[in-house]
Amino acid sequence: MKRSYFSAPYAVWMVVFTIFPIVFVGLYAITTRRADGNDLYTGLANIGNIFGNEGTYMKVLWRSLSLALQCTAICLLLGYPCAYFLASKDFAKHKTLYVLILLPMWMNFLLRTYASMGLLERNGVINSIVTALGFKRLELIGTQGAVLYGMVYNYLPFMILPIHTVLKKMDQRVIEAAQDLGANPVRVFYKVTLPLSIPGIISGITMVFMPSVTTFAISGLLGSGNFMLIGDVIETQFMSANNWNFGSALSLFMTVLILISIGLLNRMDKSKTGNGGGKW
Amino acid sequence: MKKLSCMLALVLALATLTGGMAFATTLTVYNSYDYIDEDVLEQFTKETGIEVEYVMFTRQEEMYTQITTGGGKYDIIFPSDYILERLIKEERLQEIDYEQCPNAKENILDSMWNSDYDPGNVYSVPYMWGTMGILYNTEMVEDEITSWDSLFDSTYQRDVFMLDSMRDMMGLMLVYLGYDINSTDEAELAEVRDLLIKQKDDNIVQGYLVDEVKDKMVGGEAAMAVMWSGDAMYAMDLDEDGVLAYSVPEEGSNVWIDAMCVLSNSENYEAAMQFIDFMCRPDIAKRNYDYIHYASPIKQVVETLPEEEAENVAVNPGDEVLERCYFFHDLMDDMDIYNTYWMQIRS
Repeated sequence: MKRSYFSAPYAVWMVVFTIFPIVFVGLYAITTRRADGNDLYTGLANIGNIFGNEGTYMKVLWRSLSLALQCTAICLLLGYPCAYFLASKDFAKHKTLYVLILLPMWMNFLLRTYASMGLLERNGVINSIVTALGFKRLELIGTQGAVLYGMVYNYLPFMILPIHTVLKKMDQRVIEAAQDLGANPVRVFYKVTLPLSIPGIISGITMVFMPSVTTFAISGLLGSGNFMLIGDVIETQFMSANNWNFGSALSLFMTVLILISIGLLNRMDKSKTGNGGGKW
Repeated sequence: MKKLSCMLALVLALATLTGGMAFATTLTVYNSYDYIDEDVLEQFTKETGIEVEYVMFTRQEEMYTQITTGGGKYDIIFPSDYILERLIKEERLQEIDYEQCPNAKENILDSMWNSDYDPGNVYSVPYMWGTMGILYNTEMVEDEITSWDSLFDSTYQRDVFMLDSMRDMMGLMLVYLGYDINSTDEAELAEVRDLLIKQKDDNIVQGYLVDEVKDKMVGGEAAMAVMWSGDAMYAMDLDEDGVLAYSVPEEGSNVWIDAMCVLSNSENYEAAMQFIDFMCRPDIAKRNYDYIHYASPIKQVVETLPEEEAENVAVNPGDEVLERCYFFHDLMDDMDIYNTYWMQIRS
C-alpha cells in the first residue's frame, strides 16, 4: 500500500517554512538594495564583505566559534558523568532526576536568562551573599564568563539526554562479558562503554554546538552587549541597520559553516562506530 | 439541519443589527504601545459619537511597513521624526487644516512649530516630545553631570551604560565632538568610532543595552546611562530614594517629537481633525501627560506642572535646553557608513 501521501502535510510545511525562506535568504544575499528601492544583483559582494571591515566580522565569528566550542566541551564534561550516573541501573531515583533535568526547559529560555541576570548583577543575589560574607564584590555580569555560563546553563540538557538514551539502551551483557574476561572498571569504561556511547556523544555535541554558535540574546543580557556574537550581528543587520542583504549573507555563511561541521561530525560517527546505535 | 438554519437566522439578524448601527464614523488610530490614556478615547466617542478603533505597534519601522505594504487601513498615525520625514517625502500624509483644530493652533508651544523636517507643521501635530541625555545616580557621582565628558572619565570603572542604538549613540557623540548630528562625513564618524572604542578599552563601559537599562539604574547597577528622557522619567518614577537625576549635557543633544498625522488614503478627514483637536485640548493633554509622563507640547499642561516636575528637565526641558538640541533626519541611504563603524565599535 502506498502511504507516501501521509507525508504530504509535512512536505507542504517544509516548502513554506524551510525551502522558501532559504531561497529568500539566498536571493537577499546575492543582491544589494539601491537608493531607489530596486534590488541590484551583486553576486558575492555581500559574502566578500564578511571578510572586510577591518576583520570585524571575522573577529566576531571567531569569538562565537570559540565560545561555542568551550560551551560544548564544558557541557560534555558535565553532561557525560551525569548521563552515566542517571543510566546506571543501581541508581533508583533516576526518573526524578531525569524530570529535574527537563524541568527548566519547560520555561522559556529568555525568562531563565533574565533570572540569571538577577543572579549575576552587581547588587544581585550572588554578590549580596559575597559581600555579606565580607568579601569584595565580584564583577560577574557583562563578562565573557557570564555569557559562557548562560550558554552552558541553557544547553546542558541537550548534551545529557542523547548520551543518557544511548547508555540506557546499551546491552548490559557486553559489559558483563568484559568484566567476566577480567577487565577492571576503568578498562571496561574505556574499551566498552565509551566507544559504544559515541553516537550519543556526537548527537549531544551537534545539539549543543549548533544553537551555541548562533546564540544571541544571551550575549546581550548576560554579556551586557559587550561581547557581540555572530547571532547579534545578524540581528543588528535586520533590525536596526536595515541591511537585510548583508544579514542574509551572514546567515548563509553561518549555515554553510554549520553544515560543514555537522558533515565532519557525522563522518567521525561513521568511521568510529560503523552503523552506530540508537541516537536520541 | 433545523439547528443550522436557526443559527443562520441568528447570524443574519445580528448582521443586520450591527450593520444598522454602522451609521457612526469609525476612526482607526495607530499608535505605540502604552502611549495614551485609553479612557480618553472613550470620552472622545462619548462627546462626538465617532467610534475609535485603537491599534498599537512596538517599533516605528513596524508601523512604517504596515502602512506602506497596505497591511491595514488607518486614519491617524503617531510617527516620530525621521519616519515622519520619510512619510512626508513619499507623500503619504494629508495636510492639517488648523481652522478645524483651534486647540492645536492655540495650545501648542511656540518652540514646537519649527521642526526642520516639517516647518510650520503642515503635516504633523506634536503629541509628545523629549530629549536624550544622561540619567545618573547622584550618590555614585561626585558632582552634577553637565557634560558628555563624564562618560569618558576613567575614574568610573564599568560604571556607564551606553545605548545599543547605532543612530542615537553615534549622533550624540557627533554633537559632543562639535559636529552636525546628521553628519555622514567619514572622518567625523571615524572620530566618533575611535572615541567609543577608547571608552570601551578604558573599561568605563559596563554594557550596551536598551530596555534593561532603566531597571538597572533603579537597582543602582551603574553610575550613569545614556537614555531617552521618557525612559529616564520612568526610572525616576520607580526610584523611591530619589537618587536618580537626568541631565541634557551642555554640548547639546537630540530632540525628538512624536506627532499625529493623517494618512493620505484616509476617508475620514473631518473626524480625524476632530480627533487631533481633541487631543490638543488642555484637559485631555493633561490626562495623557499624567499617564505617559513624557514632555507635553501643550502650553497649559506645561504651565500647570507641579513644582517638582516643572524643575525636571526630563519632562520640562524648556526653551533653553531645546536650543542646543537637534533633530535626526532620515539618512536611509547613508546609513552604511554608520553600520560599518558601529560594528567595529561593538565587536
